[in-house]
Order: sequence, then C-alpha cells, then structure tokens
Amino acid sequence: MEVGVMKMVNKEKLGLKETELRLGLPGTDEEIMAKNLIMNSNGKRGYKETVDLKLNFSDMDRTDDRKEKNLHKEKTPAKAQVVGWPPVRSFRKNIMEVQKNGSEETTDKTGMGGAAFVKVSMDGAPYLRKVDLKMYTTYQELFDALGKMFSSFTIGMMDFMNESKLIDLLNDSDYVPTYEDKDGDWMLVGDVPWKMFVESCKRLRIMKGTEAIGLAPRAMEKCKNRS
Amino acid sequence: MAYSFPEEVLEYVFAFLSSHKDRNAVSLVCKSWYEIERWCRRRIFIGNCYAVSPQIVIRRFPEVRAVKIKGKPHFADFNLVPEGWGAYVYPWISAMVRSYPWLEEIKLKRMVVTDESLELLSKSFKNFKVLVLSSCEGFTTDGLASIAANCRNLRELDLRECEVEDLSGHWLSHFPDNFTSLVSLNMSCLGSEVSFSALERLVSRCPNLRTLRLNRAVPVEKLPNLLRRAPQLVEFGTGAYSAENQTDIFSNLVEAFSGCKHLKSLSGFWDVDPAYLPAMYYACTGITSLNLSNATVQSPDLVELIIQCPNLKCLWVLDYIEDAGLKALPSYCKDLQELRVFPSDPYGAEPNVSLTEQGLVTVSAGCPKLQSVLYFCRQMSNAALITIARNRPNLIRFRLCIIDPQAPDYLTLEPLDTGFGAIVEHCKELLRLSMSGLLTDRVFEYIGTHAKKLEMLSIAFAGDSDLGLHNVLSGCESLRKLEIMDCPFGDKALLANAAKLETMRSLWMSSCSVRRCPSSNVEVMDERGHPDSRPETCPVEKLYIYRTVAGPRVDKPNFVWTMDEDAVLRLS
Repeated sequence: MEVGVMKMVNKEKLGLKETELRLGLPGTDEEIMAKNLIMNSNGKRGYKETVDLKLNFSDMDRTDDRKEKNLHKEKTPAKAQVVGWPPVRSFRKNIMEVQKNGSEETTDKTGMGGAAFVKVSMDGAPYLRKVDLKMYTTYQELFDALGKMFSSFTIGMMDFMNESKLIDLLNDSDYVPTYEDKDGDWMLVGDVPWKMFVESCKRLRIMKGTEAIGLAPRAMEKCKNRS
Repeated sequence: MAYSFPEEVLEYVFAFLSSHKDRNAVSLVCKSWYEIERWCRRRIFIGNCYAVSPQIVIRRFPEVRAVKIKGKPHFADFNLVPEGWGAYVYPWISAMVRSYPWLEEIKLKRMVVTDESLELLSKSFKNFKVLVLSSCEGFTTDGLASIAANCRNLRELDLRECEVEDLSGHWLSHFPDNFTSLVSLNMSCLGSEVSFSALERLVSRCPNLRTLRLNRAVPVEKLPNLLRRAPQLVEFGTGAYSAENQTDIFSNLVEAFSGCKHLKSLSGFWDVDPAYLPAMYYACTGITSLNLSNATVQSPDLVELIIQCPNLKCLWVLDYIEDAGLKALPSYCKDLQELRVFPSDPYGAEPNVSLTEQGLVTVSAGCPKLQSVLYFCRQMSNAALITIARNRPNLIRFRLCIIDPQAPDYLTLEPLDTGFGAIVEHCKELLRLSMSGLLTDRVFEYIGTHAKKLEMLSIAFAGDSDLGLHNVLSGCESLRKLEIMDCPFGDKALLANAAKLETMRSLWMSSCSVRRCPSSNVEVMDERGHPDSRPETCPVEKLYIYRTVAGPRVDKPNFVWTMDEDAVLRLS
C-alpha cells in the first residue's frame, strides 16, 4: 500500500494533492501560519504548485511539548548532553579542562586538548560508542552514562527476544565492565581510584560475564553465581 | 564537421578549465567533447564516496592524476555517525593502483584510511606527491612511516585534525637522507614526540619547504633552530608555546621570527605563555591567517597579538577574545574576511567569558570584507541578526551556534525567525547557513523564499512541522547538502519533494520523525534492528539519503539498512 502511494506520486511529480498535507488544526499559531503561507504564495511562482499544503498535525503533542518548554524554560544542567550538541569537535571539547589543570601533563594520545575519549564496546552491541572520561567524577556516573548509552540496544534485544525483565546492565552480573590499560592489560573497572583509572584507561569493553573468566576472582565468582 | 577544431586544440583549451563544474558542463556539449574531455581530465572531485564506484570513475576518466574524495557526512564530526559506518578508502586505492600508476595527489576528507592503504599507495604510485588527510581516521604512525620511507617525490603530507593512533614519533625518521622535495608538512594532530634532530635535518635539507605545522610535543625551545633553517616558510604552526625559566628563549625567538620575512599564516599555540607572544610581533605584518583556536590565553595579551596583523584576512580564535577584543578588529584588521570564534567551555552552565552577540555586530559593522562567519555564543537577538544582515549583505557563510538549544531572542523572548530571515533576505549570495536558537516553521518560509543560492543548510532543534522542511526543499533551488538533527520533521515533506532529493548530494536526518522515505539511496541507521521490526509509528534513529549511480553499498555494517528495495522511487 505504501508502495502504491509512492508510485502515484512518481507519475505526477507535481501532483501534490496526493500527499494531502493538512494544516489548520486548533491553535491560533497554525492558522495564522497557514494564512500567511497562502498570502505569500500569491506572488511567488514557486509556491503556486505547492499551495494547498495542509499539514496533518499527527505530531501535535510534540509541538505542544516544545511550547511548554519554551514557556517554562529551565537551565539545563551542565554536561547533560545531547549527542552532537553543541556541534564542537572532540579535540576542542576540553579546552577549559586544560586551562583548569594548568601545567598538568595531559597524556592524551592525540595531543589535542585535555579530553579523555575512549572507545566503549559492549559484547553483542552492533556498534561502538565513545565516552569522554573527563566528564565524570565517579564510577557510578560513568556506569549511569554507559547504561543509558547502551539501553537502546538492550531494549531492542528485549523486543527481539520478548523478554519482560529489564536487564540492569552494569549492576547485574550478566555484564562485566572491563578496560584496557596503558600496558595493554585487561582489567576490571572499579579496582583503582577513579583518577588513576581515567589516566590509564585506553578503552572500555563491557564483557559478557562468561568472557570475563580469568580476569579476576571477582569476575569468576560472578559467573559462577550466574550458572 | 568542417569547421570544428582539431582535438588537440580543444584539449589545449580545456586545460584552462580548472573548475569541476566547468569541466562537467563542457563534457555535456556533445559526444566528441565528452570523449575529448574525459581523456584529458586530470583532477577528479568526488563529494560522496558512495555516489559513484571506483570502477565507474576509472572507466570514464582513464588519465587522472589527482583525486579528492569525501566520505562521511559532516555530522560525523560531532559523533553522530557510529563507528564502522563506512567510507573506507582502501577499495579506491586498490582500484587506482591498477589503473592510475601515475597518480600524484590524494586528498581525503572524513574517510577511514588504514595503514594497509597507506603502505599500498606509498609503494604503488611512483610519482606520488601530495597526501592531504582531513578529519580521517583508522591509521597509525606506522602508515605514516611507509609514506615517509617510500614516497621519494613527496611534496605534501598534510594531516588535518585526523585521529591517528600514535605508536611513536619514529615515523618522521623514515624520510631518507636524500629526500629533499618536501614543501608542506602538517603533523599538528599527532601526539607523540618526533626526533628533533631528524626534524631539524629534514627541514634543513628541504629548501622548498613552505608549510610546517608542528605538533604540541615540540617545545618552544626548539623553534628558533627550526625557523633559522627555514626562513622561507610561509605557513608555520608552533607546538606548545611555553617554557620554564629560559631567559634566552625569548630573544632567540625574536631573532628567529624576524628572520622569517615571508610568513603569512600562524597556528598551533597550545599551552600559551603570554610572555612569549610578543616574540612573534616582527613576523606579524605579513600575516593573513591566524589560528589561535588552541590558545587559552586571555584578552589583553590575545588582542595585543591580533592587532599586530594589519593584513589579517582569516582569524580563528577562542571566545576569550570577548566582545572587547572583537571591537578592536575593525580598527586594526580592516581586511578581515573570515572569523571563527570557538567556545572555550561549551558545556558550562554559565558563561565563562563576556562574549555576546555584540562582538559579532561590531565586526560586521566595521569589517567590510567579512564574508565567512562561525560564531559560538550564548545569547542572540533578532535585532542583532537584522543589523548584521544589513551591515554585511556580502556574507557567503554564516554559521551561528547559540549554545543553549532553542534559546529565544534574549531581549524579547521571541523566536529568532525574523533575525535569520533577515540574513537570508539581505545576503543574497549566501552559500552556507547553520542556525540555532528558538526557531519555528516561519524561518523556513523565509529560507525557502530567499535563500536561492544556498548550498548547505544545518538545522537543529528547529521548526514545528513538516511544513518547515517542505519550504526548504521546495524553495532552495541550489541546495546540495541538508543536515538536520532533532527536528519534528517526518515523512510528508520528504514524500512531497522526492524529486528534489535527486538534485542534492545528501540529506541527513537524525532524531527526527521520519518513518518511511522514498529515494535513490536511503540508509537507515538503527541500533535497535531493522526498521520493519518495530511498529510503523516508530521513527528511525538516523536517516542518510544520497544520490548515487553505484547502486546499494556492499560494505554496510549491520546497523545500516538501505531502503532501496521495493519501496524506492525510481525517477526517470
């Protein structure tokens, strides 16, 4: 059916009536905008073909939410991140860090700024993430962030497998967070003081419990409890 | 025909055409011109590596000497494209190795380059001269060692903002002792220390060296020796620009810089100690480009340096310059053409510097040649934008990032629609626009109506409905690249403008409301599984649409689905 509609559009490229976008649901703003559009289009040839667009506000809720947000705007807390915003490249992100740390040597691999970006992989997840360890001050903050990052994956897995229980990623012994340190050894996350961890961590891997056997007694114990 | 020119004459004439657009136009005139042109084209630009295949390129243009290829979409710079998405250069290099043995130049942007690719290219192209890697990743310093060791005729090695796995600085020592052809070396994105003596010897024996951009690990003490060996330098990037208790460093620097009478561009400036900045003043009269975006130095010293450069055309600086510093530009740097102000603390809740819209307004008023702007700030008003637009109708690039998403006009609390509307209305030659702040569908009306030359548009957290996107797609005649994040745009505008998508290089939409889309090549990135595995009302995570003659990708990772199976619109 979807295909059928698209093919119709194909035959009449300017047959926009087929798309029938509707405008003008209750709410004065939309009506005013609709009027303006029609008024503006009179002199503009480009719009003649596209006039009569009536937009269907199926996502009206979202628009309302945005208006709510604007009226009662609260300052977003520092470092509450939307991925990709603000559009600053990784190596520029921690200039301030560098300033604060003064003469502290940054051992950042790329030599650009004080960021500590490391790759994070989770066994079974289709792709890697990157986190900046300098954004967190405790292990719990890191775990919370990782949990959020990979939660969409686990939710996806739930759909596939029709699992009803939530997998609490890092507090559950199904997954064990590990990291590769400067010497190339894989260690369990959490054993060293936070600052030391940030300086020595090269990459993170959230392993399935069974894979972590041999890493440390704690990991082995976890796996035993699982089975 | 009796009166047509012989081929050789046409070829000779075509050689004067350097622009790709002109070359493409010429090739469409008639079949014989197409044939002549394709045999004599030496430079190729591929704006999207997936729009065409190496085989198609090679078949059409058999005698290419220089290739420029772009890979990932722009938003990859901000971590929006997952790892493993693609843009591998290896298939290109391996195809070109077979067909273009005399290839001289490779310039890549946002591509994944492996050590294997670098080694292959270094050993296969005997006359290889220029390697420029811009925002690339996937290689290590071992790959650089291959280039250094094997490319006997290398002129340029330019690594711009690449992510290189830095195994050691030893790669630099692989340039042979009889290697003297270097003209440009940019290693600013590398971390580890190279052998200073190897660097000095390299600089000494390359008399044509014009560009030298060092990395942070080169301390300021080493600069005088290097500069003395290369007084002909035109572009220079320092390393870390501070030292401890070195009393003669300053005088050595002064002497070295004053010996460089041809410097036009300065960059680097990590870890700046303001006391050392005046050492450069003698070199500043000729400076046209100054990149201080790594310099965490505060205003009086910062501005002092900038105002030493009366011929400045391009300034990249952190927001430590503040409004007060920007006010100095019209008096001292009247020829300024490009200004980029980067945020020193983009994630801080409160402003850490006194940089507002006023700084940009004063520069727009007093620098008549200003045409390219990238500005990060925390407040903006419609009045300011309207003033800027009226002051500078010659703007061609305007990228404004108000750090707080959906921040309204701070004076009136209204959306910034009229402000940006004024920009597109007055700046008739505008090629690139990035918007931010609170924006409704109205701004897209203005854009669709006025921005007829606009080629690239970036939008985030803007608009109310599909009408916004529709206005852009139907009104912006020159649009080639559109990138959108977190806007309430869905399928309707895309469906209504499917033909438009064929005229564009690419469209990126992430965190929008798109479910289905018809086009020649649609990639959906979704970690949660195939889009069909979720209810129809569930929007996709990321959508990347681009035109292509190469068919569906063969190197897709498992989180990318192409939608060009039965749902595709085939436009004749």
